[in-house]
Amino acid sequence: MKRYYQPEIETASPEQIRAWQDERLVKQVKHVWDNVPYYRKKMEEKGVTPEDIKSVADLHKLPFLTKDDLREAYPYGLLAKPLSECVRIQSTSGTTGKRVVAFYTQHDVDLWEDCCARAITAVGGTNEDVCHVSYGYGLFTGGPGLNGGSHKVGCLTLPMSSGNTERQLQFMTDLGSTILCCTPSYAAYLSETIREKGLRDQIKLKAGIFGAEAWSENMRRDIEEGLGIKAYDIYGLTEISGPGVSFECEEQTGMHINEDHFIAEIIDPNTGEVLPDGTKGELVFTSITKEAFPLLRYRTRDICVLTRKPCSCGRTHVKMSKPMGRSDDMLIIKGVNVFPSQIEQVLLEQGYAANYQLIVDRVNHSDTLEVQVEMTADNFSDSLAKISEMEKKLVEALKAMLGIYAKVTLVAPKSIARSEGKAVRIIDKRKI
Amino acid sequence: MNVNQISVFLENRTGQLAETTRLLADNGIDLRAISIAETADYGVLRMIVDDADRAAGILLSHGCILTMTPVTVVGLLDQPGSLANLLDILSAGEIDIEYMYALFTHIKGKAYMVFRVTDDAKLSALLAKNGIAPVTKEELGLK
Repeated sequence: MKRYYQPEIETASPEQIRAWQDERLVKQVKHVWDNVPYYRKKMEEKGVTPEDIKSVADLHKLPFLTKDDLREAYPYGLLAKPLSECVRIQSTSGTTGKRVVAFYTQHDVDLWEDCCARAITAVGGTNEDVCHVSYGYGLFTGGPGLNGGSHKVGCLTLPMSSGNTERQLQFMTDLGSTILCCTPSYAAYLSETIREKGLRDQIKLKAGIFGAEAWSENMRRDIEEGLGIKAYDIYGLTEISGPGVSFECEEQTGMHINEDHFIAEIIDPNTGEVLPDGTKGELVFTSITKEAFPLLRYRTRDICVLTRKPCSCGRTHVKMSKPMGRSDDMLIIKGVNVFPSQIEQVLLEQGYAANYQLIVDRVNHSDTLEVQVEMTADNFSDSLAKISEMEKKLVEALKAMLGIYAKVTLVAPKSIARSEGKAVRIIDKRKI
Repeated sequence: MNVNQISVFLENRTGQLAETTRLLADNGIDLRAISIAETADYGVLRMIVDDADRAAGILLSHGCILTMTPVTVVGLLDQPGSLANLLDILSAGEIDIEYMYALFTHIKGKAYMVFRVTDDAKLSALLAKNGIAPVTKEELGLK
């Protein structure tokens, strides 16, 4: 079995990786300084010039970028190459205001696809495999990323995209798919459907690469048993490239970050101070090889831990844990980013108090959102029809704001616990 | 038209109704009529009580959400067909009934129905035209 897609890179010595990072970071900072006035201004405000960045040891001197910066700079403010050199955009599943768009030159697409190819090879993929990609194709990076990686490995690629489960299963059985790429919740759903239809004997899957959603070890076991495969995690974000920023190997104990392309840091989300490896904190990425959309010190808001313990797979790149939470209060529900502040805004507009509780759950492997809100004197009526109408209006306003359906439950006044300081507004029952 | 109904918001959970009626009982409020409209998640408890203002004060001070609504109470002979006859009149007069329910009280062989309609003035005129006088709260012994 071929174990690595780019062995000389994936098993390079830590010193070699550091040398690549030092050299590429210095070059990248210069590139950004020269071509991205938005970031240059941030550097100037902090009193940093490219001359101050001589190696990775100086990385902490650079200012952070956040999602707010990306929105503010939309669409071209962080672009570092002329559009004539760009060949692709991808976009996040943002719901309000401006979306985040990321640009790619052909070089950027290539390096992204290399990262995905490493992930596919790490799960045992070769040119003998049939790679079934059921991530969405389009602005979402899931489909295009794994599709490109699969091509590079030389797999027979099935660009299925998401949905139409009947057709997915038909191709899977008729064409003998061996590697499945999709969200873990869709993998669980497919597994369930295969069991119901008694198709397990006709399935040739051996491995799955599942990402874009948080999932638990229990879910991994369910999927592995249900499909008779090994299930691997993959991590990425559009801002940094897409899936493949990091990926799991056969050890299944964390995801190797492709450090020749992305420098990872863990910071204290409150102070911004860099924390040592092994400490839990917010993950920050600096892309050192991307040309069109080179983000320096981008705060992912994902909380995780980095570890440099040698891995039995032979890869030398640092491993990150599954994200354990967020440093902001963003929820990802059905793959859509939801901020409680958006819900609060709708409630206030509709005449409800900003006292509410969100219940997030996963029913039949699909996320659900319930908004519990206290009835107010102004919204109450002796007529059930009028209350229902108000409730319907609220559901519609939430749908318009969030882009997903939320069940509204009207509860008695003062029934939602008030706490001193920051209110506990979110109950996430998903076993992740 | 001078009878006031109290409507209280109830969360759909075990014990909510008991808590509310216990609160009124402890304060010596006499219930004369009660009706509940409910959905899967919540309900509206509608009541006619002997002293609406005092009951409302008690409920409000205990954090209830409520509303006072003027309703029409009509006395009917307590015999088969009385309600059907009255509803025929309302129907012919194009009165839109939002909801109705019965009073527990029986006085002088009469049963009493509580009506909430979309157009109170139209109902008053229709009843007057048909020689039906709505029952006043004094007649029902309400404060």
